Amino acid sequence: MTSSELHRFTLPNGLRVVLAPDPISPVVGVSVHYDVGFRSEPQGRTGFAHLFEHLMFQGSESLEKLAHFRHIQASGGTFNGSTHPDYTDYYAVLPSAGLERILFLEADRMRAPKLTEENLRNQIDVVKEEIRLNVLNRPYGGFPWILLPPVLFDSFANAHNGYGDFVDLEQASIADCAEFFDTYYAPANAVLTIAGAVEPDEARELIDRHFGDVPPRPRPDRPSFAEPPPAAERRDQHTDPHAPLPALALGYRVPDPATELDAYLAHLMLSGVLADGDGSRLQQRLVHRDGLVSSVSAGCGLFGPLEARDPDVFTVTAVHSTEVTADRVLGAVDEEVDRLAGEEPDETELRKVSARWAASLHKEHDRVTSRTLGLGAFELLFGDPGLIYELPGRIAAVTPAAVSAAAKSLRPDSRAVLTVVPAGGKS
Amino acid sequence: MTRTADEIGRTARGPRPLPALGTQRPQPVLQSVDTVLGSGLRVIVVRQPSVPMVELRLRIPFGGTDPRHSARAEVLSETLLAGTSRRDRLELDTDLALVGGELRAGVDPERLSVSGSALASGLPTLLDVLGDALTGATYADDEVSVERTRLVERIAVARSQPSVIAREALQRRRYGDHPFTREMPVAEEVAVVTPEEVRELHRASVLSRGSVLVLVGDVDPDDTVAKLATALADWQSDASVAELQPLPEVTGGDLQVVHRPGAVQSQLRLSARAMARTHPDYPAMQLANLAFGGYFSSRLVENIREDKGYTYHARSAAEFTNSGASLLVEADTATDVTAAALWEIRYELGRLGLVPPDESEMDTLRRYAIGSLLIATASQGGLASQLTALAGYGLDPQWLTDHPARLAAVTEEDVARVALEYFAPTAFTGVIVGDADALGSLRGLGGVSLP
Repeated sequence: MTSSELHRFTLPNGLRVVLAPDPISPVVGVSVHYDVGFRSEPQGRTGFAHLFEHLMFQGSESLEKLAHFRHIQASGGTFNGSTHPDYTDYYAVLPSAGLERILFLEADRMRAPKLTEENLRNQIDVVKEEIRLNVLNRPYGGFPWILLPPVLFDSFANAHNGYGDFVDLEQASIADCAEFFDTYYAPANAVLTIAGAVEPDEARELIDRHFGDVPPRPRPDRPSFAEPPPAAERRDQHTDPHAPLPALALGYRVPDPATELDAYLAHLMLSGVLADGDGSRLQQRLVHRDGLVSSVSAGCGLFGPLEARDPDVFTVTAVHSTEVTADRVLGAVDEEVDRLAGEEPDETELRKVSARWAASLHKEHDRVTSRTLGLGAFELLFGDPGLIYELPGRIAAVTPAAVSAAAKSLRPDSRAVLTVVPAGGKS
Repeated sequence: MTRTADEIGRTARGPRPLPALGTQRPQPVLQSVDTVLGSGLRVIVVRQPSVPMVELRLRIPFGGTDPRHSARAEVLSETLLAGTSRRDRLELDTDLALVGGELRAGVDPERLSVSGSALASGLPTLLDVLGDALTGATYADDEVSVERTRLVERIAVARSQPSVIAREALQRRRYGDHPFTREMPVAEEVAVVTPEEVRELHRASVLSRGSVLVLVGDVDPDDTVAKLATALADWQSDASVAELQPLPEVTGGDLQVVHRPGAVQSQLRLSARAMARTHPDYPAMQLANLAFGGYFSSRLVENIREDKGYTYHARSAAEFTNSGASLLVEADTATDVTAAALWEIRYELGRLGLVPPDESEMDTLRRYAIGSLLIATASQGGLASQLTALAGYGLDPQWLTDHPARLAAVTEEDVARVALEYFAPTAFTGVIVGDADALGSLRGLGGVSLP
């Protein structure tokens, strides 16, 4: 596996730093991960973590509104941010000459963001447009990431809609923002990552210069979001006003990647054996042999594997024709999972999945954005950015017996089944 | 500890000055070969060894004027990799997977594309599978039947997306019924495509002459060209596919409202004529477009998103075709602010010509254009896609190398001239997809046709 030499250190204010220098690249990636995601937002404030992410772009003590974007783009760079269940990330990629500038910009908003009523109102409007675009005005909006968790989970933290209800968004206040920032955006609750065109000694000096005097605040206690797996199969249905075809999502619990990584990776391997590529079990059976579905996929995590803490989800999703019942699709999936539980897959099936994983990890490493974000997320979630470079070997070491055991753990009496009923064109 | 927002936003030291830019690392010079094989296939291979992978992009001219062409072409692209005389679908997937490889085919009104990647050590397998499909795809009856059915369902899903509804309406509005507008066939046409028709289309149109193959990765260019010539030795043609007739130039006109009952958001899509990358004013057009809506710090985004909160997604871009280019302006806005958003879009179009970028804005535009190109071509996949797009319009890798200098040479006057001519509000036509019953306020703006 291609890997970067990693340098890790912690500033006196608690900010953790990961450097991944590349001697040749002319571009540099910088990210800041804060250890707070939508699972931590309070009841009555659904969508707040994401709304707050938007506000962090709206100016800080040294930067007027719009200045953050303008300075990055005037340095030839691109940027974005995203909110996940357990963390919020901010990132930029720039030509190497922009490194000190982006460190200045990130430090300024970590130290003293300008949280104003006017910007809050403006960004509530923008976020509502984002939700209309991605959820309310389109078919399969929020499928399955918003729709499946309330079927599988009980606690507010795990079950609620991370995009938020409009009512909650509109009630967000500047006082909420101040409290959220002071609680969660402490330097000790963040990870700074720099990958690509960076010299470690020079970077360390620049980091001290810009982040060194961000005042320390206590790192908040991170609550456990653990809850028991479902004691029975749980079903729900969602009527989609835009969808033309029915869809189905199954959700199962997966092992905790922090404490049972190999068991988690066996589930990852299982998802590949089931649905990755034309030759996978579910593609062969559901698409090509029985013609039950027009598409099927399986995977760990609602946003991708290894990007959330426990509890996390193994999903199988499919879109199927109206002539086929959800139970028929479900029956075929169960048969294929049972077959894997009862009879170990052969080595070639596993080698196909692990070679494709190795290739896709190389490709992620090659894109400086995904390299930076991957290292930062692994530092934050697992305290080990180098783990990313061990993954190809760990995945390749998953045994047929472990995949069978993973299949056995996908129990119908402990899962969520969400069906999407199409009402498209009926309005 | 509870601070107010005001207290959080201030420190004892006060605001700090923005640091200057540092020194820029040079872009590595990449070894490459650009040649045409005896079969008429143009091959571009670039050594970019950042990771032990290789990226592959193949573009085959594939325009057709037969009204049923797009349905047949879609079925062909869905089944090109579904089995050959040497490998069935499962064997094909297995061979690729074992070298960390994947290949996907796709088709648009101008071309058939095959894209993929593999571990660099698996390049021989990747090329062998590609050559196998290009010369030996069987389009077995049962495979065609399965993919036809799936395609019908996937078309139904795609056509329920407001973005697709808007795209199809815009294509009709600006280009009439030119074959270029047939981006997605209708389900009924797909349902009657026969395997023999697909095989015939492959024989007639999957041709080496006029096609371009780009490989970027941890490979030796000369050695790779030799491997390619062997792997694709049987893919030969004397003929090449005729290009589509040039598209008509986009002319200004009313925006047509397309009724989508109950929609909570509207899709605004405006379009005007632009120019090809080979036009001397193209770099100025590129900067004018950035200033208008081509990046986040553009006038359009700062106005209708960051100031007014009318939209999450607003942008403008040039779209290139074999005969030229068009400008596209798009925004998705809540129903009740649709008219206001259109008003602001027109205002910013007019303002770009009347108050063009000054030297400070120009500096930002140039740096962004040059820097974002550097970033986009820093990965193997990004570089492969850029080179392929350019080669499709007859431009070579040197064009990419020279482009930063072209951007650096653009003056304020160049951008002002292009802005006034090409971004005039009256130059635009377009569509608005939304709930027409709630969009009556558009009437007052003029230049909009409601149903």
